[in-house]
Amino acid sequence: MTTTSGATVELKNVVKTYGSHSALTGIDLAIAPGEFIALLGPSGCGKTTALRALSGLELINSGSILIDGEDVAAVPTNKRDIGMVFQSYSLFPHMTSIENVEFGLRMRRVPTPERKLRALEALELVGLGHLSDRYAHQLSGGQQQRVALARALVTRPRVLLLDEPLSALDAKVRVQLRDQIRRIQTDLGITTVFVTHDQEEALAVADRVAVMKDGRIEQIGTPEELYTTPASPFVADFVGLSNRVDGELRDGAVTVHGAKLPVLGTPPAPGPVTAYVRPEDVFFAPGDGIPATVVVSSFLGSLRRTSVRLADDSLLSVQHAVGERYAPGDAVHVRFGVAPVAVRERA
Amino acid sequence: MSRREVSTAVRMGTEPTKLVRRVILITIALIFAVPILATIQFTFRDGLAGDLTLDHWTGLFTPDAARTYRGLFTAIGNSFLLAAVTVGIVLVVLLPTIVLVHLQFPRLKRVLEFICIIPITVPAIVLVVGLAPVYSIVVKVFGGSVWTLAFAYGITVLPYAYRAIRSNVDAIDLVTLSEAARSLGANWLLVLLRVLLPNLRRGILSAAFISVAVVLGEFTIASLLNRVNLQTALLQVSQSDPYVAAIFALLALAFAFILLLLIGRLGSSRRDRSNA
Repeated sequence: MTTTSGATVELKNVVKTYGSHSALTGIDLAIAPGEFIALLGPSGCGKTTALRALSGLELINSGSILIDGEDVAAVPTNKRDIGMVFQSYSLFPHMTSIENVEFGLRMRRVPTPERKLRALEALELVGLGHLSDRYAHQLSGGQQQRVALARALVTRPRVLLLDEPLSALDAKVRVQLRDQIRRIQTDLGITTVFVTHDQEEALAVADRVAVMKDGRIEQIGTPEELYTTPASPFVADFVGLSNRVDGELRDGAVTVHGAKLPVLGTPPAPGPVTAYVRPEDVFFAPGDGIPATVVVSSFLGSLRRTSVRLADDSLLSVQHAVGERYAPGDAVHVRFGVAPVAVRERA
Repeated sequence: MSRREVSTAVRMGTEPTKLVRRVILITIALIFAVPILATIQFTFRDGLAGDLTLDHWTGLFTPDAARTYRGLFTAIGNSFLLAAVTVGIVLVVLLPTIVLVHLQFPRLKRVLEFICIIPITVPAIVLVVGLAPVYSIVVKVFGGSVWTLAFAYGITVLPYAYRAIRSNVDAIDLVTLSEAARSLGANWLLVLLRVLLPNLRRGILSAAFISVAVVLGEFTIASLLNRVNLQTALLQVSQSDPYVAAIFALLALAFAFILLLLIGRLGSSRRDRSNA
């Protein structure tokens, strides 16, 4: 399959309302050609609405949607030249895999020999050339989504839209297909927007991740930026794991359990705050630090995560090496690292 | 699982014994078979003498029969015309409405269902009382041809046709399929023709054949609106020759039975056969 030149995509002040409910409250997003962007957020944050607005399946109330500089806000879906993979299985049940893949080419009146060749090529790209004569019900969930991906790519669309395509799959297939999507996207250089509520998925595949909340983009950045320098407590809490620790903000630093930690971004007014501390920024400190009791310790393959209870009954999660073993009830001491933390005013 | 849940599961999982199942099956089969077999036997009876004869069947194929039963054959033609127009109304009005409501106005699903179920709750005779003044206008607009009765039949078949199509619609994800097709470049007409209709084939066929069966068996409305169809003609014939009326009733029944078999046959798509 030939490499496509990705398109630029821009959403400018896009507003979408359903009655009195605002699904998108004026979002701005600029996507570079060939970039892989993930829209990440909890249910109801507007990420799917944003994707559907981009596809034309939802009409927006105001704002503009530009693909390669052309405003497509009023262009119907079938004329936007996009490829889309849906969350639920969307293969046409009365067609075989190859007929499904051919559908988009048929709509574009591509001559039969070329159509068949390109459809088979697309199926081979997703590793399913040998299942071209199978109907959807004869394929597994993962295979169906791969055929759907081939179907979306075969027309060489300007933008590929993925609406939680992995959410119905089991964990192993999910990781395999996730990696396959990323590999194909990189090879083809197609501009891709990927909607997911799974932060691990978003961080693993995207060039940049836009974290959404209440119909707006809370923060957009590379996975590393989002993880290490979250712009808000919501991002700190949603992306990766965080310990919520009560503290006191004074002189631009937060004091938690006697430890003084630097604060990320613009700190709120001095006073009581909640600090968001990553489990990898909390350490066991034999014979020194804050006394605690081990509640539970979980083996996670390459690392171990242990929950400890402090004297004020609050819980802390500590990430540490697999070799360090703790049993429930063990008396330990913990200390905080020096990494900056996100804070939010405490009511 | 609580004890209550376990006991419910056990109770639900209990199947009737083979003997009970057979008794139920045979009883139901007898309820249907006895009147049909009795009618078949009646068509071979030679008057009150009790002997059996083929005369009533063979008599239908004589040159005289065509003349004698001309009215009946006309009525059969009328019924087939009515069935065709009624199916047309179902396909042109009801099917697009159901699809449109499911795709664009899902909140109206219950309203549509309610409207479509109403005719089953209204006795035909009551329906005729309401339809009579309407038909005085229909006659002025379309004339008094028998096919205009299909407007009334379009209403009486609504519950059956609606259920047949609706069950098919519920079995497929109409919204996602149409969105997928649109994202691939299909306009609404192509979405309907290339994606939705092939997947609604079974429901459409069921609706069509059930409509045909209902129309062929309809008597009250035709009779009260002074139209001639198969059933009104059969009643007339039965007063002069009950054997012929019984033969045609059996043939109508056989026709409906064949239609039902066809639903199963034609409704199974290439996809289903690929499983065989």
